[in-house]
Amino acid sequence: MLTIMRKHGITLAIFAAFCTALTAAVHALTEPTINQQAASQQRQLLDQVIPPALHDNDLLDECYWVSNAALGNEHPHRLYLARNQGRPVAAAVESTAPDGYSGSIQLLVGADFAGNVLGTRVTEHHETPGLGDKIELRISNWITGFTGKHVASDRDATWAVKKDGGQFDQFTGATITPRAVVNGVKRTVGYLKTLPEDIKHLPQCGEQQHE
Amino acid sequence: MSEAGRLLRQGLWGNNSSLVQLLGLCPLLAVSNTVTNALGLGLATTLVLTCTNGAISALRRWVPAEIRIPIYVMIIASVVSTVQMLINAYAFGLYQSLGIFIPLIVTNCIVIGRAEAYASSHPVALSALDGFSMGLGSTCALLVLGALREILGNGTLFDGADRLLGGWAKILRIEVFHLDAPFLLAMLPPGAFIGLGFMLAGKYVIDQRVKARRQRLASAALIATGERT
Repeated sequence: MLTIMRKHGITLAIFAAFCTALTAAVHALTEPTINQQAASQQRQLLDQVIPPALHDNDLLDECYWVSNAALGNEHPHRLYLARNQGRPVAAAVESTAPDGYSGSIQLLVGADFAGNVLGTRVTEHHETPGLGDKIELRISNWITGFTGKHVASDRDATWAVKKDGGQFDQFTGATITPRAVVNGVKRTVGYLKTLPEDIKHLPQCGEQQHE
Repeated sequence: MSEAGRLLRQGLWGNNSSLVQLLGLCPLLAVSNTVTNALGLGLATTLVLTCTNGAISALRRWVPAEIRIPIYVMIIASVVSTVQMLINAYAFGLYQSLGIFIPLIVTNCIVIGRAEAYASSHPVALSALDGFSMGLGSTCALLVLGALREILGNGTLFDGADRLLGGWAKILRIEVFHLDAPFLLAMLPPGAFIGLGFMLAGKYVIDQRVKARRQRLASAALIATGERT
């Protein structure tokens, strides 16, 4: 009985070691490629919200943590600073619209420091398929309507859906989702206007996503 | 019929993992909202099943019967992790569209089901073929359900195929009819259950028809031979 238990224990251990070794080896082999993929993906996304012609630095090298209530919650958010010849010209920030129809909507907002939107994208959401998900670029180009718009102040009345007297379309059957996105973008751009004063004090993201 | 032919037939129709064994329904119902997703998950399942069945069959001589289940679980888990990392590294688009569903294959009972029922007692090549045909059967079921739900829900076919297959696949997208507001029931999980129900019923009807026809032919042949004698 005991010998069988010992034998089976050893067999199990050998299989476990073998399986772990295989997984670890594949992980070590693929990790650089996976990181590279994630970085190039992130770079592509950032290029959509800050035109590459505007800056000459690598945005992924200029990643900072920011936290501000205007970004939707108190968690730290990533901010990528675009510089042209060393001078900060614009920033892209991962902000949150906390009041979507089903939970938070994650946004990536690019804007200069004068309140002009350079580009926006929705990076994650749980809105109803077919109604609220028109905020996704692959379903409709609604989200590109923000590009070139200007936020004059926090109380800018044109920054609302048409139903509320503003300039942005709502969707048939879904007003809450676009309203959340419009407000989220407005607050984020408003925050970016105040950013230049703080740029020197921002903590770096630290561990870079890419090698 | 050769063993290989029998395996393919069993996997695709006679013992179809989704329609007959009713295994692996969780990923089947979750990821069948478009043809593209269904195809991606189906291919991933097929790949994993082929690999795990092959690996388990190759190692079957060293696996004591009493502790085979934990060993199968370990082998399956490491093969799935490996496949996931490889897809993440070399097919990033596919990884993005399938996202969390690749690890879900681990929970697909069909994988351990085939390991136990076939791979543990058959040679490597046949076991791999069994995994392949089972995966193919599951892929077909996924595709039918995905097409059903996508047509009803969205009025399209192969929407977003470019994310799975690369840029050229944009031309695959077919707009069957235009919907201003999608038919939500088909897109949400309840639609998947209802669709699967209709597929099960459809398969049953076809099987019954085939059986009845065979019986008719057999009795006709019997009468024919009877008349001759």
